[in-house]
Amino acid sequence: MNFSPQLEQKFADLLTHYPEGRQRGALIPMLMFAQDEVGSITPDVVNEVARRCGVTPLQVDEVIGYYSMLHRKPLGKYHVQVCTNISCLLVGGEELYEHACKKLGIGHKQVTADGQFSLEEVECMGACSWAPAIQIGYDFHHFVTPQKFDQLIDALRKIQ
Amino acid sequence: MLYNAPHPLEVKVLTRRFGLENSASIDTYLATDGYKALGKALDMTPDDIINEVKASNLRGRGGAGFPTGMKWSFVPRNVDKPKYIVVNADESEPGTCKDRLLIENDPHQLIEGVLIAALAVGASKGWIYIRGEYRYLIDIMDKALAEAYARGYLGQNILGRGFNFELYTQTGAGAYECGEESALLESLEGKRGVPRIRPPFPAVSGAFQSPTILNNVETFCAVPAILRDGGPAFSNLGVPKNGGTRMFCLSGHLNVTGVYELPMGFPLMKMINEIGGGVRGGRKLKAVIPGGSSCPILKAEECDLPMDYDSLMKAKSMLGSGGVVVMDEQTDMVKAALRIMHFYQHESCGWCIPCREGTTWLKKLLTRLDAGRGTIGDVNLVGDLARNMLGRTFCPLGDAAAMPTISIVEKFRDEFEAKLANYTAPRAQSSQFVVV
Repeated sequence: MNFSPQLEQKFADLLTHYPEGRQRGALIPMLMFAQDEVGSITPDVVNEVARRCGVTPLQVDEVIGYYSMLHRKPLGKYHVQVCTNISCLLVGGEELYEHACKKLGIGHKQVTADGQFSLEEVECMGACSWAPAIQIGYDFHHFVTPQKFDQLIDALRKIQ
Repeated sequence: MLYNAPHPLEVKVLTRRFGLENSASIDTYLATDGYKALGKALDMTPDDIINEVKASNLRGRGGAGFPTGMKWSFVPRNVDKPKYIVVNADESEPGTCKDRLLIENDPHQLIEGVLIAALAVGASKGWIYIRGEYRYLIDIMDKALAEAYARGYLGQNILGRGFNFELYTQTGAGAYECGEESALLESLEGKRGVPRIRPPFPAVSGAFQSPTILNNVETFCAVPAILRDGGPAFSNLGVPKNGGTRMFCLSGHLNVTGVYELPMGFPLMKMINEIGGGVRGGRKLKAVIPGGSSCPILKAEECDLPMDYDSLMKAKSMLGSGGVVVMDEQTDMVKAALRIMHFYQHESCGWCIPCREGTTWLKKLLTRLDAGRGTIGDVNLVGDLARNMLGRTFCPLGDAAAMPTISIVEKFRDEFEAKLANYTAPRAQSSQFVVV
């Protein structure tokens, strides 16, 4: 399988980063970047990444099972991640997560019927001093109140 | 970009360029003494560099607080294997959000710190391992690396001095455990992030089984200032054996939260009251987690102490990663203990049994106790179980889960008992065993 020319370039470059014969080092970055382009880690992606890194598909599978950001099923177009770890919890992270469930009508690791949104209650994302925090895709949002959350979601709904 | 205004009590060494226009660009960096320390290091012997770092009393900022110069001196000199530098930017300790700012605002400072470390041990290659959630930082870092290559600060024959060094970014994919040094190295090699049995330590056998220096972002970022101004000058900013400044991440029930660079030994109560503006809503202070959620918690009356590695150790806690989490009098400590355990249970890699089974069992017990169910025996069991995990795991994750739990049960036992005593309603008609 082929990826976009930009990603092919990135992968070719990536494989030069490791000592000779240790190209398996590229495995996790390749899975992350391929997932961003394809939408999820499909069996085709597993086989392709295995081939390029010189490992078996089983060795790729065992890695996918370990890392929480690697997904075998597609997420929503906008993956909403709400932190409820200690710093966020103290300033309303849990209430924000409950609000997010209601607003989106889905629970932890679920996707809306139209495929637009998915929701995940996540662990500390490194925004503790600006809590409560969420990430939509890779974008951080700080000091998120239920009102601000609604504005963010409503704005994304309008884009569709 | 800055997420909070600077404070007049800050001592800006690592954060001196924060807030400058285009602070992440190489032009801004060069205009503000950037890469001068590298020039100096190129004229020094590896031993001189290591001695300068030793003299700075810089200690690892990731959490363990090991003296950096000493760590560097453990890398063997006369081996045929290539040597590597690995930057731990897998910042995941709950309460910690400082490395993010260092990379976002001043990526070249990190690159320069890595280059100096490479000179100190004769390394030829390095990786900056950035947690997967920080994708935007990978873009910032890649841009900075490209600038450094273009201007001759990375690659072949750096500054015409015959020094070769390649530096790359590497993304993580969501695993707290990969912040542990040996698990990070496994991840860098394309494997599940499970810890390695040590010895050998990374200084002898690290990335790709070669001698490796592995330090936290903040540790490397302190190195250019140490070479530029001298080790003793950096050391004098702090207190004895705890040199320099460090980044403190204030979060929780404060009027003003944010990340601040303060001298080592800065008083905790002053941090809370003057920098954090005191406890939110005029409430009383109940407890503080002084250095990320793995650290034993301090009760309000224990908080009158200076923030340095040795003082915190004397108080039976840790300076950890600089994540200061402040809790007011209304905080439900049983719930806090449960949330912390929920995290460690989720992140336990499953490699060794005391951690994998211990965190799962503790989470069940704490869930029950948080609901007001269970017995006084369960409260004792939480403490016993956690104490039995201590020191019995391959990596510190087991300890990280046990330490805050032990301290919360010991120091706030009355809250566990009160929850049990106050629970009445549906108890009569339901089984005393709750499946969780």
